[in-house]
Amino acid sequence: MSRIFVAGLGAVSPAGWNVAALRAALDRGEPLPVQPLERPGGDKSLRARLVPAPATRPEFLAHPRLRRTSPITHYTAAAALDAVAGLRALRAEKIQLGLVVCQQAGCVNYSCRFFDEVLKDPATASPLLFPETVYAAPASHVAALLENVTLACSLVGDPAVFLQGAALGVRWLEENRVDACLVIGAEETNWILADALWHLDRLAVIAGGAGAICLSLDPALSIGVALETITDVHSYRASTSRTQAAQAMRKQLPASSTVELLCDGLSDSPCTDVAERAAWLDWTGPRLSPKRVLGEGLMAAAAWQCVAACDLVSAGRFPAANISLVGSNQQAMGARFRWSRPGISDLSPVTRAGNITP
Amino acid sequence: MLFPFPPTSAPPPRVVITGAGIVTALGLGWKPNAEGFRAGRPAFRPVSLFDVSRQRVKTAAEVDLPDALPPTGLSRRQLARLDRAGKMLLLAANEAWQQAGWKSDLEPGRADLPVSPAAQQRRPTGQTRDVPLVLGTTAGGMSLGEDYFRQAVQSPGRHRRQPTRAIHYQPQVQARMVLDALGFNGPITIISNACASGSNAIGHAWNLVRCGHAERALAGGYDALSLLVFAGFDALQALSPTVCRPFDARRDGLALGEGAALVALETLEQARRRNAPILGELIGYGTTIDRHHLTQPQPEGNAALTAMNLACDAARLGPKDVDYINAHGTGTVLNDSAEASAISRWAGPRAATLPVSSTKASIGHLLGAAGAVEAVICLMALREQWLPAQAAFETPDPACNFPIVRQPRDAQLKVALSNSFGFGGVNATLILRRWA
Repeated sequence: MSRIFVAGLGAVSPAGWNVAALRAALDRGEPLPVQPLERPGGDKSLRARLVPAPATRPEFLAHPRLRRTSPITHYTAAAALDAVAGLRALRAEKIQLGLVVCQQAGCVNYSCRFFDEVLKDPATASPLLFPETVYAAPASHVAALLENVTLACSLVGDPAVFLQGAALGVRWLEENRVDACLVIGAEETNWILADALWHLDRLAVIAGGAGAICLSLDPALSIGVALETITDVHSYRASTSRTQAAQAMRKQLPASSTVELLCDGLSDSPCTDVAERAAWLDWTGPRLSPKRVLGEGLMAAAAWQCVAACDLVSAGRFPAANISLVGSNQQAMGARFRWSRPGISDLSPVTRAGNITP
Repeated sequence: MLFPFPPTSAPPPRVVITGAGIVTALGLGWKPNAEGFRAGRPAFRPVSLFDVSRQRVKTAAEVDLPDALPPTGLSRRQLARLDRAGKMLLLAANEAWQQAGWKSDLEPGRADLPVSPAAQQRRPTGQTRDVPLVLGTTAGGMSLGEDYFRQAVQSPGRHRRQPTRAIHYQPQVQARMVLDALGFNGPITIISNACASGSNAIGHAWNLVRCGHAERALAGGYDALSLLVFAGFDALQALSPTVCRPFDARRDGLALGEGAALVALETLEQARRRNAPILGELIGYGTTIDRHHLTQPQPEGNAALTAMNLACDAARLGPKDVDYINAHGTGTVLNDSAEASAISRWAGPRAATLPVSSTKASIGHLLGAAGAVEAVICLMALREQWLPAQAAFETPDPACNFPIVRQPRDAQLKVALSNSFGFGGVNATLILRRWA
């Protein structure tokens, strides 16, 4: 019986600035529109799925710490506030929060702007930009915004690291170092990231945003979802291919089920998908692939997978969801979330989303 | 499984250090670094790695890399893809690995690492032989990222080497090179808490071993000098235009350096089982977040004080038991005053006699590598019984009520404490004990 419960979810994606927008886009199942990205001196067109401008300026941007921050910090902050909304309403002032922010590319916008200024003339490069280029900046700003963060860590790696972040959060909870822990995966997009992705996978469409899950030991805070399993880390190395690592991860998750959900990282890109497809050949049950709709959000995409799966389980649409994260160049990891409401022992699947393929 | 964690009623094992690797501007490996830190020798020189003619400051502590790397499991192709940071990481990892006497997966002697019944109980999936690799870095392969940007902007139609740069710029790919080079398997964790990253990496690995996730771990930090980072600190006017003088009343900024350090951590039980020479024991770790400002510490050093207290609680000792502090001591006005306040409040009356120094006066601020390098310096001091002298210190700051180690000297040390405070506010403290 798991003692770790999901206490909240948050998402910023090309679908919009909350979980409801993510849910609606995934329910529709149609790939979101692609926008062209301007590339300096570009000889080729770059594409991205960008986060739309919010309908109204988020209130949190009035916080003095967030005045000059980059999009990745905005996404991280919005997802964090979304995920702790229920928690704060209950007993905000008492809760000590942990914060784990996971990124792969990090603050690419300010890094490019600052380095461009440096190449033109380092003597006039803006001192305001540089601090925002560090991986630790989003976590720092969100900690200041939430005020009750007592422990924070920024992890860098490929998207499977998101579940390492979750494991770190669980460890903090089990050691009673925090009452709840936010685990966030975030990325922002710009032309150079789209350019780099183009070199590695011509079919992929870069996307930005963030996803957040809030973990707690307290069943009273649960949204009806418990974290049941996080697999081992299956690292890639010269003697262990991505395919082998994905298969090792697969073996640690349950056998195919007609009622449980598999939320995978497939993106309709044959070269990127090959290892994950092979690992899950046996799966005949319902399947959700958020990247097909939202794009290649790197660490944010890993977080969207977890958020979307937890959201569906919380809504009673599946009794459990398995997460498959086959990272690009580091490791494969998986996880399993299940429905959990105090006093209710079982759940039958009620409805399924339009994008979910049996 | 990573979760759920296997239940254990056993107390956490003691964690010892059986290998250490270090690369700084003072040299490659334990010996030249120990000699340099013992003497308090500065290692700054004009920057040669990139053009600094338009920067305010033109010096840093550059590492002299060897012409050839030691033989490892890396192919020529892999070696050719290593950037400066990756080479320093590999050098330090290899030294720590060799000193620990750990065997690669491919060597028949690997069987000399039997898994203890206690470890099997803690970790029943049979992966106890995995070696977690936990690294701190702020920039990873930044120089490759810079090259990518230059080529993408200046020659947008030219794609040669861009895919390789896009991949090898990422720190997890550099970490994978360590796995391949030394022939082991294990989870990679990259922590990027700015200048506390190296200490956080060692502390995280310490936790992994203590909680039974592994019987051993390789951990540390690395960062190479790069134009972007150098220009960033210069733009902030955080670099000293004169001499880096931590805790000096006339201090005017930090100096940048580069390097790497890794330690081989394992349970005391395993180290004894294989008769491994023990270099020291890691006994305490504390980490906190200072929410005051992105680049400035809370003036009283409250979060730093809490990190020191947490580390002491874990180590079950107090200020009277600590014989030396390797301070974060960047040389900036704000950092050093906040840290001085934290040390003074933490130490109380003990402050008056507690030796403190900042080795950044010798090798500069190594950012993501700083905490790891400074932990290894503490290990050297404990093992060889000397106090690391601070290279530059002239006018005592009245706010510092503790003695700065100004001259090389021998000392009887049992316990050393190392502070690291990062941009963004993550603070970390490690406590090491002499093994005798």
